[in-house]
Amino acid sequence: MSAPQWNNKVVKWVDDRLPVISMLHHSAYEYPTPKNLSYMWNFGSLAGFVLVTMILTGIFLVMNYTPHTDMAFESVERIMRDVNYGWLIRYIHMNGASMFFIVVFIHIFRGLYYGSYKAPREMLWWIGILILLAMMATAFMGYVLPWGQMSFWGATVITNLFSAFPIIGDPLVTWLWGGFSVDNPTLNRFFSLHYLMPFVILGLVVLHVWALHTVRSNNPTGVEIKTPADAIPFHPYYTIKDLYGIGVFLIFFSVFVFFAPDFLGHPDNYIPANPLVTPPHIVPEWYFLPFYAILRSIDFTIFGIPAKLLGVLAMFASIVILFVIPWLDTSKVRSSKFRPVYKWFFWLFVIDTFILGYCGAKAPDDYFLGIPGLKVIVMGQLSTLYYFAHFLVVMPLVGKMERTKPLPASISESVMKEGANA
Amino acid sequence: MSQTVHSSGEHQPDENRRDFLTLATTAVGAVGVGCALLPFVDSMNPSKDVLALASVEVNLANIPVGQAIKVMWRGKPVFIRHRTEREINEAEDVALNELVDPQTDDARVEKKEWLVVVGVCTHLGCIPMGTATGETRGDYDGWYCPCHGSHYDTSGRIRRGPAPLNLVVPEYEFLTDTSVRIG
Amino acid sequence: MRKFALTAIAAAFAVTAFTGGAAKAAGDAPVPEAQDWSWQGLFGTYDRAQLQRGFQVYKNICAGCHSLRFIAFRNLEGIGFNEDQIKAIAAEYDIEDGPNDDGDMFTRPGLASDYFPSPFPNEKAAAAANGGAIPPDLSLMNKARVGGPDYVFGLLTGYEEEAPEGFDLADGKYYNHYFPGHQISMAPPLYDEAVEYTDGTPMTLEQHARDVTAFLNWTAQPELEARKALGMKVILFLLVLTAMLYAVKRKIWRDVEH
Repeated sequence: MSAPQWNNKVVKWVDDRLPVISMLHHSAYEYPTPKNLSYMWNFGSLAGFVLVTMILTGIFLVMNYTPHTDMAFESVERIMRDVNYGWLIRYIHMNGASMFFIVVFIHIFRGLYYGSYKAPREMLWWIGILILLAMMATAFMGYVLPWGQMSFWGATVITNLFSAFPIIGDPLVTWLWGGFSVDNPTLNRFFSLHYLMPFVILGLVVLHVWALHTVRSNNPTGVEIKTPADAIPFHPYYTIKDLYGIGVFLIFFSVFVFFAPDFLGHPDNYIPANPLVTPPHIVPEWYFLPFYAILRSIDFTIFGIPAKLLGVLAMFASIVILFVIPWLDTSKVRSSKFRPVYKWFFWLFVIDTFILGYCGAKAPDDYFLGIPGLKVIVMGQLSTLYYFAHFLVVMPLVGKMERTKPLPASISESVMKEGANA
Repeated sequence: MSQTVHSSGEHQPDENRRDFLTLATTAVGAVGVGCALLPFVDSMNPSKDVLALASVEVNLANIPVGQAIKVMWRGKPVFIRHRTEREINEAEDVALNELVDPQTDDARVEKKEWLVVVGVCTHLGCIPMGTATGETRGDYDGWYCPCHGSHYDTSGRIRRGPAPLNLVVPEYEFLTDTSVRIG
Repeated sequence: MRKFALTAIAAAFAVTAFTGGAAKAAGDAPVPEAQDWSWQGLFGTYDRAQLQRGFQVYKNICAGCHSLRFIAFRNLEGIGFNEDQIKAIAAEYDIEDGPNDDGDMFTRPGLASDYFPSPFPNEKAAAAANGGAIPPDLSLMNKARVGGPDYVFGLLTGYEEEAPEGFDLADGKYYNHYFPGHQISMAPPLYDEAVEYTDGTPMTLEQHARDVTAFLNWTAQPELEARKALGMKVILFLLVLTAMLYAVKRKIWRDVEH
């Protein structure tokens, strides 16, 4: 893996002074990648692609957007109606947010399934969680910008979460708003930060990739690369595979952008913000629903801590807990492929998050799936309980007690075995 | 994978096919990226609401002979001067070889009594003086640009100073005797 | 491996369908019946004649109380009017402009670049004239209600003469089957032969409602036809490109055991 010799004089001249070309060659060309990666490993590069798409469309939207309460809604409609291809750029951006979360959620679940958070990939995993947090903040602030009813009331409800903290709560919320309610100063600062955050995410992505290239990719067996025969260079094998993945993804994306652009949105956001009227059902965008369900499911007091504060803490904890799972998972085996018991719990966890999402979309007093007697709030509480139990109880215990299947000696061996079976 | 076994005999043509395939795919992909960028570029062109305001109609009935008005058109001032007999004669009597940017007065007006020009100095884009009553009109009775001293005549032609060209005549048409549409 | 990928993709579809559906099903009013609209489906387009009839309904009936502030007269090109017709329509409206050289506001006939004027000078006036309920702007109505066009059509045709027995209808309110809470401030706006059609289309309440709903769908989504047409091209292109990328991928990976 010595630095390559460049034949082109210009390339060499540049590279001798600033080795960017060597660096790119090192990390995007010869980077040794496990040869057995499945399509589940496409979602990382896909997320990077969506990030670039979001930044690009965002920059062009800003050219026509006005961050003022009197004009924000109008300027978005002007983009939709008068700006050339404005509707296309806006629908890409709007649906792109949902796509970003779909891709990243799958990416995270993949990491959970194959134990990609385990040593030595803890830093890689942490940076990933930071990216998720930054994405959530960005998406939330972006949703406020069109200044529709859901924008306004979403901003009101979510910023009010911070009022749950004792003593500092109220001044903190006033500070966040820049006033005594969500208003023009709030819109202005959200716009400023919404423009800043994607570049913070971009920086985190660089760190994420750096960490990845330091510890190398995990793979479906969870067995590290041992010999050169286990790996192949990133280019052309994974560049083409990633490009193919992007093609498939773009088809999926296009169906939404061109044929169902408002499917994932909420109709209320086509009503201009009105501080005097709250919509009957305030629901966040779908990607926040599981977290919203956790927030709402805490309707009781423990040790004198009010429900409101507990709910907020639980919601934050649901993400913060991801930071410590490298140590909560006691198993010696990474990949769930070789963990017959944990595998079931993994899928149970996936289903659990879906149930949480469903509960988040419903009113607390609705009946879960229309089942008489089973209130959404109760189901949400049970799911919240499992959400935390999965990490705090299942992960440590199953890891200790489970009898794992024998691991292949190497990636190469696993590939040969599969070939023989096929 | 099923096709891991290949006889060495068919390897050569296959290599060529792969090259062609890769090349074709690269070409199609490049076309796709190009097409995807077009909407972004086009979004920076004037939008439909901007284009809808790209022409203005001006009522001329209230401009007495000898006076001029400024109207906004596409974000720039347009000077409309109701010229006197003397000003028309001045504009028509100039020999073409005296002009920096030779143009007859005839070529610059639709109706002799009305001069319509974009009020932006062709030097560096300042607004020349001489439209409002009492402002200096420069040495040639037209306009005078205070930024770098360009003098324009009663046909809006550059006569002295650093400006290279005559004041631009916008596209316009008379809808009636007293109303004109610019743009 | 493949199973995981498939499951994950299926899950992605499921979560979108699931939560989207869940969010949409919220609300206590009956779900409006799904109607056949000409613009539905992959290739659906607007019916220009219907849009023009719908415009006629808006202009003669709805415009009395409801603004259409995102629509300019020039936009009517999109429902099939030519430049002269648009100028004539615009000129029927008085538009406030100014201030003039004396500093006064004045009214002039509308131009193609003007927007449809609001029937009320401001929201307070709108509320005062309508018993406290502000008639909402209609430009985005079809996008701003759960159920979209089906809801708008349901609402326009969903008035009932009498509230059901035991229903406590407030003074000055009307009973509407599809309006959330059933008590609506808007008097039944349409009736048979409310507007005179010249193209032989039956002038029933239902037809008026259908036409004006179509018109409002156009005001909410004027880009719909261009969007779908471009979408077809984009997806066809992507199918070809993705197939080619897949072929290249197979070629490159051919000699790798994986």
